[in-house]
Amino acid sequence: MGLQALFFYLFAFIAVASAFMVIAAKNPVYSVLFLILTFFNAAGLFLLTGAEFLAMILLVVYVGAVAVLFLFVVMMLDIDFAELRAGVLEYAPVGALIGLILAAELIIVVGGSTFSPEIAKGIAMPIPAVTERTNTAALGDVLYTHYVYFFQIAGLVLLVAMIGAIVLTLRHRENIKRQSIPRQVARSPETAVEVVTVKPGQGL
Amino acid sequence: MDAFISSYVWPTAIIIGQSLLLLVALLVFIAYILLADRKIWAAVQLRRGPNVVGPWGLFQSFADLLKFVFKEPVIPAGANKTIFLLAPLVSVTLALAAWAVIPLNANWVIANINVGILFVFAISSLEVYGIIMGGWASNSKYPFLGALRSAAQMVSYEVSIGFVIVTVLLCVGSLNLTDIVNAQSDGLGTMIGLPASFLDWHWLSLFPMFIVFFISALAETNRPPFDLPEAESELVAGFMVEYGSTPYMMFMLGEYAAICLMCALTTILFLGGWLPPVDIWILNWVPGIIWFVLKASFVFFMFAMVKAFVPRYRYDQLMRLGWKVFLPLSLAMVVIVAFVLKLMGWA
Repeated sequence: MGLQALFFYLFAFIAVASAFMVIAAKNPVYSVLFLILTFFNAAGLFLLTGAEFLAMILLVVYVGAVAVLFLFVVMMLDIDFAELRAGVLEYAPVGALIGLILAAELIIVVGGSTFSPEIAKGIAMPIPAVTERTNTAALGDVLYTHYVYFFQIAGLVLLVAMIGAIVLTLRHRENIKRQSIPRQVARSPETAVEVVTVKPGQGL
Repeated sequence: MDAFISSYVWPTAIIIGQSLLLLVALLVFIAYILLADRKIWAAVQLRRGPNVVGPWGLFQSFADLLKFVFKEPVIPAGANKTIFLLAPLVSVTLALAAWAVIPLNANWVIANINVGILFVFAISSLEVYGIIMGGWASNSKYPFLGALRSAAQMVSYEVSIGFVIVTVLLCVGSLNLTDIVNAQSDGLGTMIGLPASFLDWHWLSLFPMFIVFFISALAETNRPPFDLPEAESELVAGFMVEYGSTPYMMFMLGEYAAICLMCALTTILFLGGWLPPVDIWILNWVPGIIWFVLKASFVFFMFAMVKAFVPRYRYDQLMRLGWKVFLPLSLAMVVIVAFVLKLMGWA
Protein backbone atom coordinates (compact mmCIF):
# COMPACT_ATOMS: atom_id res chain seq x y z
CA MET A 1 0.00 0.00 0.00
CA GLY A 2 2.89 2.33 0.82
CA LEU A 3 4.17 2.27 -2.73
CA GLN A 4 0.77 3.21 -4.14
CA ALA A 5 0.48 6.15 -1.78
CA LEU A 6 3.98 7.27 -2.72
CA PHE A 7 3.13 7.21 -6.43
CA PHE A 8 -0.22 8.88 -5.82
CA TYR A 9 1.43 11.83 -4.07
CA LEU A 10 4.16 11.98 -6.71
CA PHE A 11 1.71 12.10 -9.63
CA ALA A 12 -0.73 14.37 -7.82
CA PHE A 13 1.96 16.84 -6.78
CA ILE A 14 3.48 17.06 -10.25
CA ALA A 15 0.02 17.32 -11.84
CA VAL A 16 -1.02 20.22 -9.60
CA ALA A 17 2.34 21.97 -9.89
CA SER A 18 2.44 21.72 -13.68
CA ALA A 19 -1.23 22.74 -13.94
CA PHE A 20 -0.29 25.86 -11.99
CA MET A 21 2.63 26.45 -14.36
CA VAL A 22 0.24 26.25 -17.33
CA ILE A 23 -1.34 29.52 -16.25
CA ALA A 24 1.79 31.01 -14.70
CA ALA A 25 4.30 30.46 -17.53
CA LYS A 26 5.21 33.56 -19.52
CA ASN A 27 5.78 31.79 -22.81
CA PRO A 28 2.62 30.13 -24.21
CA VAL A 29 4.68 27.28 -25.69
CA TYR A 30 5.86 26.46 -22.18
CA SER A 31 2.22 26.53 -21.08
CA VAL A 32 1.30 23.86 -23.61
CA LEU A 33 4.32 21.73 -22.65
CA PHE A 34 3.31 21.96 -18.98
CA LEU A 35 -0.24 21.02 -20.01
CA ILE A 36 1.20 17.87 -21.60
CA LEU A 37 3.04 17.10 -18.36
CA THR A 38 -0.26 17.51 -16.51
CA PHE A 39 -1.96 15.06 -18.88
CA PHE A 40 0.83 12.56 -18.30
CA ASN A 41 0.42 12.70 -14.55
CA ALA A 42 -3.34 12.46 -14.85
CA ALA A 43 -2.79 9.30 -16.89
CA GLY A 44 -0.58 8.03 -14.06
CA LEU A 45 -3.37 8.72 -11.56
CA PHE A 46 -5.86 6.84 -13.78
CA LEU A 47 -3.47 3.87 -13.82
CA LEU A 48 -3.28 3.90 -10.03
CA THR A 49 -7.07 3.63 -9.77
CA GLY A 50 -7.05 0.68 -12.19
CA ALA A 51 -8.55 2.60 -15.15
CA GLU A 52 -5.86 1.45 -17.55
CA PHE A 53 -7.91 1.97 -20.70
CA LEU A 54 -8.76 5.57 -19.80
CA ALA A 55 -5.10 6.27 -19.01
CA MET A 56 -3.94 5.09 -22.43
CA ILE A 57 -6.79 6.82 -24.28
CA LEU A 58 -5.92 10.04 -22.45
CA LEU A 59 -2.39 9.73 -23.82
CA VAL A 60 -3.46 8.80 -27.35
CA VAL A 61 -6.23 11.36 -27.77
CA TYR A 62 -5.24 14.32 -25.64
CA VAL A 63 -1.45 14.19 -25.67
CA GLY A 64 -1.00 12.55 -29.06
CA ALA A 65 -3.53 14.59 -31.03
CA VAL A 66 -5.22 17.48 -29.21
CA ALA A 67 -2.11 18.88 -27.52
CA VAL A 68 -0.20 18.59 -30.82
CA LEU A 69 -2.80 20.87 -32.38
CA PHE A 70 -2.54 23.30 -29.44
CA LEU A 71 1.22 23.36 -29.80
CA PHE A 72 0.86 23.88 -33.54
CA VAL A 73 -1.43 26.86 -33.12
CA VAL A 74 0.55 28.45 -30.29
CA MET A 75 3.83 28.14 -32.20
CA MET A 76 2.33 29.69 -35.32
CA LEU A 77 0.66 32.60 -33.52
CA ASP A 78 2.40 35.92 -33.53
CA ILE A 79 0.69 37.77 -30.71
CA ASP A 80 2.08 40.31 -28.29
CA PHE A 81 1.46 38.37 -25.10
CA ALA A 82 2.48 41.24 -22.82
CA GLU A 83 -0.44 43.20 -24.25
CA LEU A 84 -2.74 40.23 -23.83
CA ARG A 85 -1.75 39.90 -20.20
CA ALA A 86 -2.44 43.58 -19.42
CA GLY A 87 -6.19 43.12 -18.90
CA VAL A 88 -5.94 39.87 -17.00
CA LEU A 89 -7.23 41.34 -13.72
CA GLU A 90 -10.47 42.45 -15.37
CA TYR A 91 -11.37 38.80 -15.96
CA ALA A 92 -10.31 37.63 -12.50
CA PRO A 93 -13.83 37.86 -10.91
CA VAL A 94 -15.42 35.83 -13.73
CA GLY A 95 -12.63 33.26 -13.53
CA ALA A 96 -12.97 33.00 -9.77
CA LEU A 97 -16.74 32.54 -10.10
CA ILE A 98 -16.34 29.67 -12.61
CA GLY A 99 -13.69 28.09 -10.38
CA LEU A 100 -16.01 28.29 -7.38
CA ILE A 101 -18.90 26.70 -9.27
CA LEU A 102 -16.68 23.83 -10.42
CA ALA A 103 -15.32 23.30 -6.90
CA ALA A 104 -18.87 23.29 -5.45
CA GLU A 105 -20.04 20.72 -8.02
CA LEU A 106 -17.06 18.47 -7.28
CA ILE A 107 -17.73 18.68 -3.55
CA ILE A 108 -21.41 17.81 -4.07
CA VAL A 109 -20.58 14.76 -6.22
CA VAL A 110 -17.77 13.40 -4.06
CA GLY A 111 -19.35 14.37 -0.74
CA GLY A 112 -22.74 12.98 -1.76
CA SER A 113 -21.45 9.48 -2.39
CA THR A 114 -19.26 9.58 0.73
CA PHE A 115 -22.01 10.66 3.14
CA SER A 116 -24.82 8.53 1.74
CA PRO A 117 -23.41 5.36 0.13
CA GLU A 118 -26.86 4.31 -1.12
CA ILE A 119 -26.48 6.83 -3.98
CA ALA A 120 -23.82 4.57 -5.50
CA LYS A 121 -26.30 1.68 -5.54
CA GLY A 122 -28.64 3.61 -7.83
CA ILE A 123 -26.07 3.63 -10.67
CA ALA A 124 -27.50 1.88 -13.73
CA MET A 125 -24.23 0.19 -14.75
CA PRO A 126 -22.06 -0.56 -11.69
CA ILE A 127 -18.36 -1.20 -12.29
CA PRO A 128 -17.71 -4.97 -12.32
CA ALA A 129 -14.84 -6.36 -10.24
CA VAL A 130 -11.49 -6.29 -12.02
CA THR A 131 -11.10 -10.04 -11.56
CA GLU A 132 -14.20 -10.94 -13.61
CA ARG A 133 -14.13 -8.33 -16.39
CA THR A 134 -11.19 -6.23 -17.55
CA ASN A 135 -11.46 -2.49 -17.54
CA THR A 136 -11.51 -2.26 -21.36
CA ALA A 137 -14.21 -4.92 -21.75
CA ALA A 138 -16.38 -3.29 -19.07
CA LEU A 139 -16.21 0.07 -20.84
CA GLY A 140 -17.01 -1.68 -24.13
CA ASP A 141 -20.10 -3.25 -22.55
CA VAL A 142 -21.38 0.15 -21.48
CA LEU A 143 -20.58 2.04 -24.68
CA TYR A 144 -21.23 -0.48 -27.42
CA THR A 145 -23.78 -2.87 -25.94
CA HIS A 146 -26.02 -1.09 -23.43
CA TYR A 147 -25.90 2.47 -24.76
CA VAL A 148 -25.02 1.84 -28.40
CA TYR A 149 -27.72 4.21 -29.78
CA PHE A 150 -26.61 7.10 -27.59
CA PHE A 151 -23.05 6.43 -28.63
CA GLN A 152 -23.98 6.43 -32.32
CA ILE A 153 -25.98 9.66 -31.94
CA ALA A 154 -23.03 11.33 -30.22
CA GLY A 155 -20.86 10.20 -33.12
CA LEU A 156 -23.34 11.62 -35.64
CA VAL A 157 -23.42 14.96 -33.83
CA LEU A 158 -19.63 15.13 -34.05
CA LEU A 159 -19.74 14.18 -37.73
CA VAL A 160 -22.25 16.96 -38.46
CA ALA A 161 -20.08 19.43 -36.56
CA MET A 162 -17.05 18.37 -38.59
CA ILE A 163 -18.88 18.67 -41.91
CA GLY A 164 -20.15 22.09 -40.82
CA ALA A 165 -16.64 23.29 -40.06
CA ILE A 166 -15.40 22.05 -43.43
CA VAL A 167 -18.31 23.62 -45.34
CA LEU A 168 -17.73 26.96 -43.62
CA THR A 169 -14.05 27.09 -44.52
CA LEU A 170 -13.97 25.29 -47.87
CA ARG A 171 -13.41 27.68 -50.75
CA HIS A 172 -13.25 26.23 -54.25
CA ARG A 173 -10.70 28.23 -56.20
CA GLU A 174 -11.05 28.48 -59.96
CA ASN A 175 -8.16 28.99 -62.38
CA ILE A 176 -5.65 26.75 -60.68
CA LYS A 177 -4.22 23.59 -62.13
CA ARG A 178 -5.32 20.48 -60.31
CA GLN A 179 -3.88 17.02 -60.42
CA SER A 180 -6.31 14.28 -61.46
CA ILE A 181 -4.69 11.01 -60.58
CA PRO A 182 -7.19 8.71 -62.39
CA ARG A 183 -6.73 10.74 -65.59
CA GLN A 184 -2.96 10.53 -65.30
CA VAL A 185 -3.11 6.81 -64.71
CA ALA A 186 -5.52 6.29 -67.64
CA ARG A 187 -3.18 7.97 -70.12
CA SER A 188 -1.66 5.65 -72.69
CA PRO A 189 0.81 6.27 -75.56
CA GLU A 190 -2.13 6.35 -77.99
CA THR A 191 -3.84 9.25 -76.24
CA ALA A 192 -0.73 11.11 -75.12
CA VAL A 193 1.65 10.96 -78.08
CA GLU A 194 1.08 11.96 -81.66
CA VAL A 195 3.63 10.85 -84.25
CA VAL A 196 4.06 13.43 -86.97
CA THR A 197 6.10 13.00 -90.10
CA VAL A 198 7.75 16.29 -90.94
CA LYS A 199 8.70 16.85 -94.55
CA PRO A 200 12.17 18.37 -94.99
CA GLY A 201 12.19 22.02 -95.96
CA GLN A 202 8.44 22.50 -95.28
CA GLY A 203 7.89 22.10 -91.55
CA LEU A 204 4.41 21.63 -90.15
CA MET B 1 12.69 -5.65 7.11
CA ASP B 2 12.78 -9.05 5.43
CA ALA B 3 9.26 -8.51 4.16
CA PHE B 4 10.30 -5.13 2.78
CA ILE B 5 13.25 -6.67 0.95
CA SER B 6 11.27 -9.57 -0.49
CA SER B 7 8.29 -7.46 -1.55
CA TYR B 8 10.01 -4.31 -2.83
CA VAL B 9 13.78 -4.53 -3.17
CA TRP B 10 13.98 -7.85 -5.03
CA PRO B 11 11.23 -7.16 -7.59
CA THR B 12 12.74 -3.72 -8.27
CA ALA B 13 16.19 -5.22 -8.75
CA ILE B 14 14.83 -7.90 -11.09
CA ILE B 15 12.93 -5.33 -13.18
CA ILE B 16 16.01 -3.10 -13.40
CA GLY B 17 18.15 -6.08 -14.42
CA GLN B 18 15.68 -7.17 -17.12
CA SER B 19 15.38 -3.62 -18.44
CA LEU B 20 19.16 -3.21 -18.64
CA LEU B 21 19.50 -6.53 -20.44
CA LEU B 22 16.82 -5.59 -22.97
CA LEU B 23 18.32 -2.13 -23.40
CA VAL B 24 21.82 -3.43 -24.09
CA ALA B 25 20.54 -6.08 -26.51
CA LEU B 26 18.37 -3.48 -28.26
CA LEU B 27 21.19 -0.94 -28.60
CA VAL B 28 23.54 -3.54 -30.08
CA PHE B 29 20.75 -4.62 -32.44
CA ILE B 30 20.20 -0.99 -33.47
CA ALA B 31 23.93 -0.54 -34.11
CA TYR B 32 23.88 -3.46 -36.55
CA ILE B 33 20.55 -2.53 -38.11
CA LEU B 34 22.01 0.91 -38.90
CA LEU B 35 24.95 -0.80 -40.57
CA ALA B 36 22.59 -3.17 -42.42
CA ASP B 37 20.58 -0.19 -43.62
CA ARG B 38 23.68 1.42 -45.12
CA LYS B 39 24.97 -1.87 -46.55
CA ILE B 40 21.66 -2.72 -48.24
CA TRP B 41 21.36 0.77 -49.63
CA ALA B 42 24.93 0.50 -50.94
CA ALA B 43 24.30 -2.93 -52.47
CA VAL B 44 21.26 -1.66 -54.38
CA GLN B 45 23.38 1.17 -55.79
CA LEU B 46 26.29 -1.21 -56.56
CA ARG B 47 28.53 0.40 -53.93
CA ARG B 48 30.43 -1.34 -51.13
CA GLY B 49 29.07 0.70 -48.23
CA PRO B 50 31.01 1.14 -44.98
CA ASN B 51 33.83 -1.44 -45.09
CA VAL B 52 36.83 0.09 -43.29
CA VAL B 53 36.25 -0.16 -39.52
CA GLY B 54 36.59 -3.80 -38.43
CA PRO B 55 36.05 -6.86 -40.66
CA TRP B 56 33.52 -5.97 -43.45
CA GLY B 57 32.94 -2.68 -41.63
CA LEU B 58 31.20 -4.43 -38.75
CA PHE B 59 32.33 -1.87 -36.15
CA GLN B 60 31.31 1.18 -38.20
CA SER B 61 28.36 2.09 -35.93
CA PHE B 62 30.57 2.05 -32.83
CA ALA B 63 33.14 4.27 -34.55
CA ASP B 64 30.31 6.66 -35.45
CA LEU B 65 29.11 6.60 -31.84
CA LEU B 66 32.55 7.58 -30.52
CA LYS B 67 32.86 10.34 -33.09
CA PHE B 68 29.47 11.82 -32.19
CA VAL B 69 30.14 11.68 -28.46
CA PHE B 70 33.56 13.36 -28.65
CA LYS B 71 32.40 16.29 -30.77
CA GLU B 72 31.39 19.57 -29.20
CA PRO B 73 27.62 20.15 -29.05
CA VAL B 74 26.87 23.51 -30.65
CA ILE B 75 23.75 25.32 -29.46
CA PRO B 76 22.63 28.20 -31.72
CA ALA B 77 22.61 31.62 -30.02
CA GLY B 78 18.89 32.23 -30.71
CA ALA B 79 17.81 28.74 -29.68
CA ASN B 80 15.69 27.99 -26.65
CA LYS B 81 18.36 26.06 -24.78
CA THR B 82 16.22 23.94 -22.43
CA ILE B 83 13.79 22.71 -25.08
CA PHE B 84 16.59 22.38 -27.64
CA LEU B 85 18.34 19.84 -25.40
CA LEU B 86 15.11 18.28 -24.12
CA ALA B 87 13.87 17.37 -27.61
CA PRO B 88 16.40 14.61 -28.45
CA LEU B 89 16.00 13.22 -24.92
CA VAL B 90 12.22 13.04 -25.33
CA SER B 91 12.62 11.38 -28.69
CA VAL B 92 15.01 8.66 -27.51
CA THR B 93 13.31 8.02 -24.15
CA LEU B 94 9.89 7.50 -25.71
CA ALA B 95 11.22 5.21 -28.43
CA LEU B 96 12.94 3.02 -25.83
CA ALA B 97 10.05 3.16 -23.31
CA ALA B 98 7.65 1.35 -25.63
CA TRP B 99 9.90 -1.72 -25.57
CA ALA B 100 8.80 -2.42 -21.98
CA VAL B 101 5.64 -4.16 -23.21
CA ILE B 102 6.99 -5.94 -26.31
CA PRO B 103 7.03 -9.74 -25.77
CA LEU B 104 10.12 -11.26 -27.43
CA ASN B 105 9.15 -14.84 -26.63
CA ALA B 106 6.44 -16.60 -24.61
CA ASN B 107 6.61 -14.87 -21.18
CA TRP B 108 9.70 -12.86 -22.17
CA VAL B 109 8.27 -9.44 -21.45
CA ILE B 110 9.10 -6.86 -18.81
CA ALA B 111 5.53 -5.59 -18.27
CA ASN B 112 2.77 -7.90 -19.47
CA ILE B 113 0.00 -5.30 -19.24
CA ASN B 114 -3.60 -5.76 -20.37
CA VAL B 115 -3.56 -2.77 -22.69
CA GLY B 116 -0.12 -3.43 -24.23
CA ILE B 117 -1.05 -2.50 -27.79
CA LEU B 118 -2.63 0.76 -26.62
CA PHE B 119 0.52 1.57 -24.67
CA VAL B 120 2.68 1.11 -27.78
CA PHE B 121 0.20 3.14 -29.83
CA ALA B 122 0.20 5.94 -27.23
CA ILE B 123 3.99 6.06 -27.07
CA SER B 124 4.37 6.06 -30.83
CA SER B 125 1.86 8.91 -31.10
CA LEU B 126 3.99 10.90 -28.62
CA GLU B 127 7.16 10.58 -30.67
CA VAL B 128 6.08 13.60 -32.68
CA TYR B 129 6.92 15.81 -29.68
CA GLY B 130 10.67 15.27 -29.99
CA ILE B 131 10.46 16.54 -33.55
CA ILE B 132 8.16 19.51 -32.89
CA MET B 133 10.16 20.62 -29.86
CA GLY B 134 13.47 20.30 -31.72
CA GLY B 135 12.14 22.18 -34.73
CA TRP B 136 10.66 24.99 -32.70
CA ALA B 137 13.54 25.40 -30.25
CA SER B 138 16.11 25.71 -33.06
CA ASN B 139 14.55 29.10 -33.87
CA SER B 140 15.22 28.83 -37.57
CA LYS B 141 13.11 28.47 -40.71
CA TYR B 142 13.99 25.04 -42.07
CA PRO B 143 13.78 23.15 -38.79
CA PHE B 144 10.40 24.74 -38.11
CA LEU B 145 9.06 23.79 -41.54
CA GLY B 146 10.35 20.25 -41.03
CA ALA B 147 8.65 20.07 -37.63
CA LEU B 148 5.31 21.26 -39.04
CA ARG B 149 5.45 18.75 -41.87
CA SER B 150 6.32 15.95 -39.51
CA ALA B 151 3.53 16.75 -37.07
CA ALA B 152 0.89 16.75 -39.82
CA GLN B 153 2.29 13.55 -41.31
CA MET B 154 2.48 11.57 -38.08
CA VAL B 155 -1.00 12.61 -36.92
CA SER B 156 -2.48 11.61 -40.31
CA TYR B 157 -0.94 8.17 -40.50
CA GLU B 158 -1.70 7.38 -36.86
CA VAL B 159 -5.37 7.33 -37.84
CA SER B 160 -4.95 4.49 -40.32
CA ILE B 161 -2.53 2.64 -38.02
CA GLY B 162 -5.22 2.86 -35.35
CA PHE B 163 -7.85 1.31 -37.62
CA VAL B 164 -5.48 -1.46 -38.72
CA ILE B 165 -4.83 -2.28 -35.07
CA VAL B 166 -8.59 -2.34 -34.48
CA THR B 167 -9.06 -5.00 -37.20
CA VAL B 168 -6.41 -7.17 -35.55
CA LEU B 169 -7.99 -6.63 -32.13
CA LEU B 170 -11.41 -7.65 -33.48
CA CYS B 171 -9.92 -10.99 -34.57
CA VAL B 172 -8.06 -11.50 -31.29
CA GLY B 173 -10.45 -10.08 -28.71
CA SER B 174 -7.70 -8.82 -26.42
CA LEU B 175 -5.38 -5.82 -26.16
CA ASN B 176 -2.56 -7.88 -24.67
CA LEU B 177 0.37 -8.39 -27.04
CA THR B 178 1.07 -11.94 -25.83
CA ASP B 179 -2.58 -12.87 -26.48
CA ILE B 180 -2.32 -11.39 -29.97
CA VAL B 181 0.62 -13.69 -30.79
CA ASN B 182 -1.00 -16.76 -29.22
CA ALA B 183 -4.21 -16.14 -31.18
CA GLN B 184 -2.20 -16.65 -34.39
CA SER B 185 -1.35 -20.28 -33.53
CA ASP B 186 -4.59 -21.25 -35.27
CA GLY B 187 -6.37 -19.52 -38.10
CA LEU B 188 -7.01 -19.90 -41.83
CA GLY B 189 -4.59 -22.82 -42.26
CA THR B 190 -5.91 -24.95 -39.39
CA MET B 191 -9.45 -24.17 -40.49
CA ILE B 192 -8.95 -26.13 -43.74
CA GLY B 193 -7.24 -28.97 -41.88
CA LEU B 194 -3.55 -28.10 -42.27
CA PRO B 195 -1.23 -28.26 -39.24
CA ALA B 196 -0.41 -24.93 -37.56
CA SER B 197 1.81 -22.96 -39.93
CA PHE B 198 2.59 -19.50 -41.27
CA LEU B 199 -0.76 -19.59 -43.13
CA ASP B 200 -2.51 -19.02 -39.78
CA TRP B 201 -0.87 -15.69 -39.13
CA HIS B 202 -2.78 -12.47 -39.64
CA TRP B 203 -0.78 -11.36 -42.69
CA LEU B 204 -2.88 -13.71 -44.82
CA SER B 205 -6.30 -13.39 -43.21
CA LEU B 206 -6.03 -9.58 -42.99
CA PHE B 207 -3.91 -9.21 -46.12
CA PRO B 208 -4.62 -5.67 -47.32
CA MET B 209 -4.23 -4.39 -43.76
CA PHE B 210 -0.73 -5.88 -43.56
CA ILE B 211 0.34 -3.72 -46.51
CA VAL B 212 -1.48 -0.64 -45.15
CA PHE B 213 0.23 -1.13 -41.78
CA PHE B 214 3.65 -1.54 -43.36
CA ILE B 215 3.34 1.64 -45.44
CA SER B 216 1.84 3.60 -42.53
CA ALA B 217 4.73 2.42 -40.36
CA LEU B 218 7.13 3.87 -42.92
CA ALA B 219 5.29 7.19 -42.75
CA GLU B 220 5.00 7.12 -38.96
CA THR B 221 8.75 6.66 -38.51
CA ASN B 222 9.63 9.26 -41.18
CA ARG B 223 11.42 6.68 -43.30
CA PRO B 224 11.96 7.20 -47.03
CA PRO B 225 9.90 7.56 -49.23
CA PHE B 226 8.04 9.58 -46.58
CA ASP B 227 11.04 11.36 -45.03
CA LEU B 228 9.68 14.81 -45.85
CA PRO B 229 10.46 16.24 -42.38
CA GLU B 230 14.15 15.95 -43.22
CA ALA B 231 14.00 16.12 -47.01
CA GLU B 232 17.59 17.05 -47.73
CA SER B 233 16.95 18.46 -51.19
CA GLU B 234 14.56 21.14 -49.94
CA LEU B 235 14.87 21.47 -46.16
CA VAL B 236 18.60 20.62 -45.78
CA ALA B 237 17.94 18.17 -42.91
CA GLY B 238 14.59 19.41 -41.61
CA PHE B 239 14.17 19.53 -37.87
CA MET B 240 17.75 18.42 -37.20
CA VAL B 241 19.54 21.16 -39.18
CA GLU B 242 20.87 22.85 -36.04
CA TYR B 243 21.79 19.66 -34.21
CA GLY B 244 25.24 18.13 -34.02
CA SER B 245 27.29 15.71 -31.92
CA THR B 246 25.51 13.86 -29.06
CA PRO B 247 22.04 15.50 -29.42
CA TYR B 248 22.03 14.61 -33.12
CA MET B 249 23.09 11.06 -32.29
CA MET B 250 20.19 10.79 -29.84
CA PHE B 251 17.75 11.85 -32.55
CA MET B 252 19.16 9.15 -34.82
CA LEU B 253 19.03 6.59 -32.02
CA GLY B 254 15.42 7.52 -31.28
CA GLU B 255 14.51 7.22 -34.96
CA TYR B 256 16.08 3.77 -35.32
CA ALA B 257 14.62 2.57 -32.02
CA ALA B 258 11.19 3.64 -33.33
CA ILE B 259 11.86 1.78 -36.58
CA CYS B 260 12.81 -1.37 -34.65
CA LEU B 261 9.66 -0.94 -32.59
CA MET B 262 7.54 -0.80 -35.74
CA CYS B 263 9.31 -3.91 -37.09
CA ALA B 264 8.62 -5.73 -33.82
CA LEU B 265 5.00 -4.57 -33.87
CA THR B 266 4.52 -5.79 -37.45
CA THR B 267 5.97 -9.12 -36.37
CA ILE B 268 3.61 -9.38 -33.41
CA LEU B 269 0.46 -8.21 -35.17
CA PHE B 270 0.85 -9.93 -38.53
CA LEU B 271 3.76 -12.40 -38.60
CA GLY B 272 3.00 -14.55 -35.57
CA GLY B 273 5.61 -13.16 -33.16
CA TRP B 274 7.79 -15.97 -31.85
CA LEU B 275 5.77 -18.82 -33.42
CA PRO B 276 7.76 -21.07 -35.79
CA PRO B 277 6.70 -20.98 -39.47
CA VAL B 278 5.57 -24.62 -39.43
CA ASP B 279 4.61 -26.57 -36.32
CA ILE B 280 7.10 -29.48 -36.58
CA TRP B 281 9.49 -30.63 -33.87
CA ILE B 282 12.73 -29.42 -35.42
CA LEU B 283 11.40 -25.88 -35.89
CA ASN B 284 9.74 -25.93 -32.45
CA TRP B 285 13.12 -26.81 -30.98
CA VAL B 286 14.59 -23.49 -32.17
CA PRO B 287 14.03 -20.89 -29.41
CA GLY B 288 11.17 -18.46 -30.07
CA ILE B 289 13.42 -15.42 -29.69
CA ILE B 290 15.34 -16.52 -32.80
CA TRP B 291 12.14 -16.63 -34.86
CA PHE B 292 11.14 -13.23 -33.49
CA VAL B 293 14.47 -11.63 -34.38
CA LEU B 294 14.49 -13.27 -37.82
CA LYS B 295 10.98 -11.99 -38.62
CA ALA B 296 11.71 -8.50 -37.31
CA SER B 297 14.94 -8.42 -39.34
CA PHE B 298 13.00 -9.47 -42.44
CA VAL B 299 10.58 -6.58 -41.92
CA PHE B 300 13.53 -4.24 -41.49
CA PHE B 301 15.05 -5.60 -44.69
CA MET B 302 11.85 -4.55 -46.46
CA PHE B 303 12.10 -1.09 -44.82
CA ALA B 304 15.67 -0.77 -46.14
CA MET B 305 14.75 -1.96 -49.63
CA VAL B 306 11.91 0.56 -49.84
CA LYS B 307 14.38 3.28 -48.87
CA ALA B 308 16.70 2.20 -51.66
CA PHE B 309 14.05 1.75 -54.37
CA VAL B 310 11.27 4.28 -54.01
CA PRO B 311 11.68 7.99 -54.77
CA ARG B 312 10.42 10.50 -52.22
CA TYR B 313 6.73 11.45 -52.23
CA ARG B 314 5.52 14.97 -52.77
CA TYR B 315 3.82 16.37 -49.69
CA ASP B 316 0.31 16.58 -51.17
CA GLN B 317 0.65 13.02 -52.49
CA LEU B 318 1.60 11.88 -48.99
CA MET B 319 -1.50 13.51 -47.50
CA ARG B 320 -3.69 12.11 -50.28
CA LEU B 321 -2.43 8.59 -49.64
CA GLY B 322 -3.06 8.90 -45.91
CA TRP B 323 -6.49 10.52 -45.91
CA LYS B 324 -8.07 9.50 -49.22
CA VAL B 325 -6.72 5.98 -49.71
CA PHE B 326 -5.68 4.39 -46.43
CA LEU B 327 -8.33 5.91 -44.17
CA PRO B 328 -11.37 4.75 -46.24
CA LEU B 329 -9.72 1.38 -46.92
CA SER B 330 -8.94 0.64 -43.28
CA LEU B 331 -12.30 1.98 -42.09
CA ALA B 332 -14.13 -0.26 -44.59
CA MET B 333 -11.98 -3.18 -43.46
CA VAL B 334 -12.96 -2.63 -39.81
CA VAL B 335 -16.64 -2.85 -40.79
CA ILE B 336 -16.10 -5.89 -43.05
CA VAL B 337 -14.04 -7.79 -40.48
CA ALA B 338 -16.60 -7.04 -37.75
CA PHE B 339 -19.46 -8.28 -39.96
CA VAL B 340 -17.63 -11.43 -41.04
CA LEU B 341 -16.70 -12.30 -37.47
CA LYS B 342 -20.27 -11.75 -36.28
CA LEU B 343 -22.02 -13.56 -39.13
CA MET B 344 -19.69 -16.57 -39.11
CA GLY B 345 -19.87 -16.74 -35.33
CA TRP B 346 -16.07 -16.54 -34.91
CA ALA B 347 -16.11 -13.60 -32.53
